[in-house]
Amino acid sequence: MFDLQPTEEQQQVREAVSTFAREQVRPLARECDEKGEVPSSLSQQGWELGLVQSAIPEEFGGFGDVRSAVTSSLVLEELAWADLSIAMHMLAPRLIVFPLIDCGTQEQKERVLKAYTGDTFTAGTAAVMEPSFDFDLSSLATSAVRQNGSYVLNGAKCFVPLGDEAEHVLVYARTGEGDGYDKTSGFLVDRGTPGMKIVEREKNMGIKGLATHEIVLENCKVPAVNRLGGDAGCDFNKLMNYSRIALASMAVGVARAAFEYARDYAKERRAFGQFIAQKQAIAFMLAEMALETDAARLLAWEAAWKLDRGEDATRESYLAKNYAANVVLKVTDNAVQVLGGHGYIRDHLVELLLRNGRGFATFEGLAIA
Amino acid sequence: MINFELQDEIINARNMIHMVAESAMRPISREYDEREHEKPWDFLNMMWVASQTANPVTFGDGKRKEGDKPGHRNLQSIVTIEELSWGDAGLYLAIPNPGLGGAAVAAAGTPEQKQRFLARFRGGDPKWGAMAITEPGCGSDSAAITTTAKRDGDQWVLNGTKIYVTSGRMAISESDGFVVVWATIDKTAGRGGIKAFVVERGAEGMTLVKCEDKLGIRASDTAQIVFEDCRIPLDNLLGNPEVPKNSSEGFKGVMATFDATRPAVAASAIGIGRAAVDYVRDVLAKEGIKIRYGISPRKLTAMERDFMDMEAHLQAARLLTWRASWMMDQGMHNNLEASMAKAKAGLAVTQVTQKAVEILGPLGYSRKCLIEKWMRDAKINDIFEGTQQINLMIIARRILGYNSKELN
Repeated sequence: MFDLQPTEEQQQVREAVSTFAREQVRPLARECDEKGEVPSSLSQQGWELGLVQSAIPEEFGGFGDVRSAVTSSLVLEELAWADLSIAMHMLAPRLIVFPLIDCGTQEQKERVLKAYTGDTFTAGTAAVMEPSFDFDLSSLATSAVRQNGSYVLNGAKCFVPLGDEAEHVLVYARTGEGDGYDKTSGFLVDRGTPGMKIVEREKNMGIKGLATHEIVLENCKVPAVNRLGGDAGCDFNKLMNYSRIALASMAVGVARAAFEYARDYAKERRAFGQFIAQKQAIAFMLAEMALETDAARLLAWEAAWKLDRGEDATRESYLAKNYAANVVLKVTDNAVQVLGGHGYIRDHLVELLLRNGRGFATFEGLAIA
Repeated sequence: MINFELQDEIINARNMIHMVAESAMRPISREYDEREHEKPWDFLNMMWVASQTANPVTFGDGKRKEGDKPGHRNLQSIVTIEELSWGDAGLYLAIPNPGLGGAAVAAAGTPEQKQRFLARFRGGDPKWGAMAITEPGCGSDSAAITTTAKRDGDQWVLNGTKIYVTSGRMAISESDGFVVVWATIDKTAGRGGIKAFVVERGAEGMTLVKCEDKLGIRASDTAQIVFEDCRIPLDNLLGNPEVPKNSSEGFKGVMATFDATRPAVAASAIGIGRAAVDYVRDVLAKEGIKIRYGISPRKLTAMERDFMDMEAHLQAARLLTWRASWMMDQGMHNNLEASMAKAKAGLAVTQVTQKAVEILGPLGYSRKCLIEKWMRDAKINDIFEGTQQINLMIIARRILGYNSKELN
């Protein structure tokens, strides 16, 4: 019954990921942002931790852990706390692996999942977003038209994490007329398929360590058996609910990072003979940052819990994601404000957190729980 | 295991209380807003009778006794209070019960005191308990109270003026109740000298001066009480009569009551907010306006965006409140979380109800509908049991590890 204590197993998983995040990921956050890349040794470490394989059933070569949005929520917060770019890089293969686990046909699972159960980090990804201001998950512009034994894909995608190195891209496209999630299907597109052009790497305001690409599909032909879930298709709405929970949880992680950084700074910085944390103007800002971060976390957990129970969590995950996107923006902005001029300098983490935090209102489908 | 499902027992209680709220509170809601200082005796008597058989709405004292299993008493109270306040927050506050005064007795009283003061809430006519902290010269700064208690033989003699005593009139004028009065027994000792005293109806030297005219929660009386050489028995002091040296132990004990009552206030706020959100949802639905969860946030109408914001902030406040109560049920220290819940709920519901008035336009502003009343009722939750700012102060001290000298 009503309980906010994670299970012992969840606590162990969270502890392991938290230690990794604190000791291995956080120290490289700034460097990855400046260089625009995540060292392969680091993504390998994340791989070995089982971030991708853990939820793959044993029969397909994975660890066979229970697929739980709540557990994911806990893990993703810790990783995003350390660094959002690195977290999204390490988790990108989930974008193809998790939808396959949830909706893939037996044949698709057998064929594709094994690529992600090896010893070394293997990039996989999904193409959800589209380069248009009125991009809408429930009304994609990219189309997939059935022609005999194939589907022909046309359209443009953007913000595709690891687009150039991914073994497979799960492209979401419209398969029916009109709006709605039920008109959308996923297509497994192998690397190098003719008609799929990986355009140059995008230059973004934040998440600079993560390579994202624009993808153009021009009469890209894929076999009909590559439609996610076969003729039955997939529950795109549910997949996006998992995604919203993931993004909400990561927003909470970024917000927590900003809060903690600003809190620690305010307790060391002196002004007018006091620590600035002793000034109400600063202290109240920190108090609000703390409570809103907690509120966003609880909303994300509730949505995740509902999804894990097999119920429709569209409303909850949608509200949680939007709420968390507002919170992370406010909290990271306040963190910069608490540091004042120092917050604007790239020596401190908070300017990076603000740039990363700003993205959540835009991001859709960049992570999955 | 993380689980947001409420216990069957809580759900059953909620369903029952919802029927009361809908059938007995809503129909008289407007009437007792307009007729301030008059009392809905039929409703009050009914609630009193009901409380004799069912579990009364009381706040836990926050302490789990040794050997107690973690229960869900506080969480159940919180859910119940939300439901009653959905019906009417002013009427909820007017319901005969031990109230905040009773909570103080439960938290700080000896077994003998609990028996002597709380037994009256079983049987007989309706009774109320009240708490008197605020004075004309001090509110949030409760350590600055000037009401004094001097020992004279086997009695305490109280002198001072108390204001904003919720249900004060009902407790000392309309029933055989009591008011718990905060007074200092040693001004030089600061917080350490502040003690809580139970003053029962009829105590010599205690006068009900007036009841305030208010912005909202008008069904609930807010009394001013004057104590002039008011004599009470020595053993009406709650807790330890000794003044601690260089410490504020006693004061902290009384303040701990707030860890239980702040989530209760938050829950009441949430009940009002939910009433407003439910009302707006119904009106929009009747007009054929759908709230489209799941579409691009950039395609939402201003109306949808506002409505979703209201829902999300309300749910955020609710979950923070449930967390604070759940922690208390688990025997965990919840001072930080109780203040988070109160700060969030007070502000969120103030804004949610204000937005509801705006969305409904002429309907919202008119006294024909209850929306404008809910907006007025909601505001008190941003003020009493610690203003939003006081709660932010407590949160800040907790997260920064500062005491009241380091951050004030």
